[in-house]
Amino acid sequence: MKYLALAALLIATPALAETQTADPFPVISPDGSLYQAFGGHEGLVRITDDLMVNLLADPRTHDFFVAAKRDQIKTGLIQIFCHVMGGGCTYTGKNMTEAHSQLGIREEDFTALVESLQKAMDKNHVPFRAQNRLLAAMAPHHREIVTGAGKG
Amino acid sequence: MKHHLSGALLALSLLAGVPAARAESIFTYASGKLLLTGGVSQVEGAAGGGLTPWAVIGGYETKDQIGANAFYTSVDTQDYRITSQGALVGLYNRVEFSYARQDFDTQGVGAALDLGYGYTISQETVGVKVRLLGDAILDQDHWWPQVSAGAQVKHNRNGALVKALGARDDQSTDYYVSATKLYLAHGLLLNGTLRATKANQFGILGYGGIDNDYHLQFEGSLAYLVNRRLAVGAEVRTKPDNLAVAKEGAGVDIFAAYALNKHLSLTLAYADLGNIVTRHQSGLYGSLQVGF
Ligand code: HEM
Repeated sequence: MKYLALAALLIATPALAETQTADPFPVISPDGSLYQAFGGHEGLVRITDDLMVNLLADPRTHDFFVAAKRDQIKTGLIQIFCHVMGGGCTYTGKNMTEAHSQLGIREEDFTALVESLQKAMDKNHVPFRAQNRLLAAMAPHHREIVTGAGKG
Repeated sequence: MKHHLSGALLALSLLAGVPAARAESIFTYASGKLLLTGGVSQVEGAAGGGLTPWAVIGGYETKDQIGANAFYTSVDTQDYRITSQGALVGLYNRVEFSYARQDFDTQGVGAALDLGYGYTISQETVGVKVRLLGDAILDQDHWWPQVSAGAQVKHNRNGALVKALGARDDQSTDYYVSATKLYLAHGLLLNGTLRATKANQFGILGYGGIDNDYHLQFEGSLAYLVNRRLAVGAEVRTKPDNLAVAKEGAGVDIFAAYALNKHLSLTLAYADLGNIVTRHQSGLYGSLQVGF
């Protein structure tokens, strides 16, 4: 009986997910505590500024960002991070597939960006556990973002 | 162990003097995984914890890259010194090939058994591991783990001795399935491995004994990420008890693995390997891994 219920649940879950237009960036800290750990809006501005500096300094990511609209990307990142961390923002930019599908991003480029972000978070004294919560929320988006070479 | 470990520490401190940026630019082709996410080298040479293979493919390569590393491990117990050294290649984060040689120095026990002080039993292991599904690191929204299957082809180079002790064979193959999941938001990594094996004491005492059947064994690892470079955790590995001459029990360890960068990591552990012929064996485990 237990198994039947479980099977029913497993079958029903995808159907449920389809009826509600699922938020591509689910909120992981509804009380906003994670947003506070990142220093709120000011903190996110500093982190994304540092992130961009790191991305341009890293030869693995330099070419992706040197000619991109970096302020627009930063604004988008701040909105996304703020939203998932419970800061109450709305993301108004392109969806992740639209934004990245033409770029040929490989998994190692994705990792390089994560490492630049980690450096930026370190520099701004975001605790390791808080960093990992944000990264865990971003990691699944490799599926929309990594389209180059062997895919994500 | 004392000498080797201090040598390893020396090497580590020397390399620590190399500016990270320079080391990074020497090897840029396989840095596509995050630090420590390729695991360390387990005793038979596969990527994993110290005792047990994980589902991760060793090396820092991604689907577009090739990674490789080499390791040296030493465990010093009451009566023995066990060393293991080897290397692996990870191809496209899909397949891992490994080779390792284990040397089991019987020290004084060798003398007592009339084999000679420091009589050493050696085993060679050739391993292959294939990632079947999942991504332990990136698929943070899936509950299912990364799953891999592997084989370890083992050859004991002291066949006459291990057969005299009751083993049936001097070669055999272990088969295993590993499931590994990183719960990144909690900083926890869990691994479970099921192994079908005939090996006595990892194969140091040959294969088969009272019976010549495969025995299904469980191995588990739990690791906590303290920070980006440091993981601490514990492992357990059950082993068959199939030799009439001596009891054999499970091995456990608690470990700390420190990655200086993607090219160098050091693992220190306290391992309890259970009874090995004479008595309960436990001691310090040290392992150095160099990656390319
Ligand atoms: C989870 C990880 C990522 C997130 C959340 C993210 C987010 C964003 C956002 C919000 C934008 C702006 C979209 C818009 O214009 O409305 C953007 C654009 C962009 N992203 Fe990402 N991104 C991620 C990973 C990456 C990676 C790994 C790379 C390459 C290494 C990359 C390269 C770019 C580039 C070059 C653009 C500009 C595209 C254009 O100008 O058309 N992104 N990203």
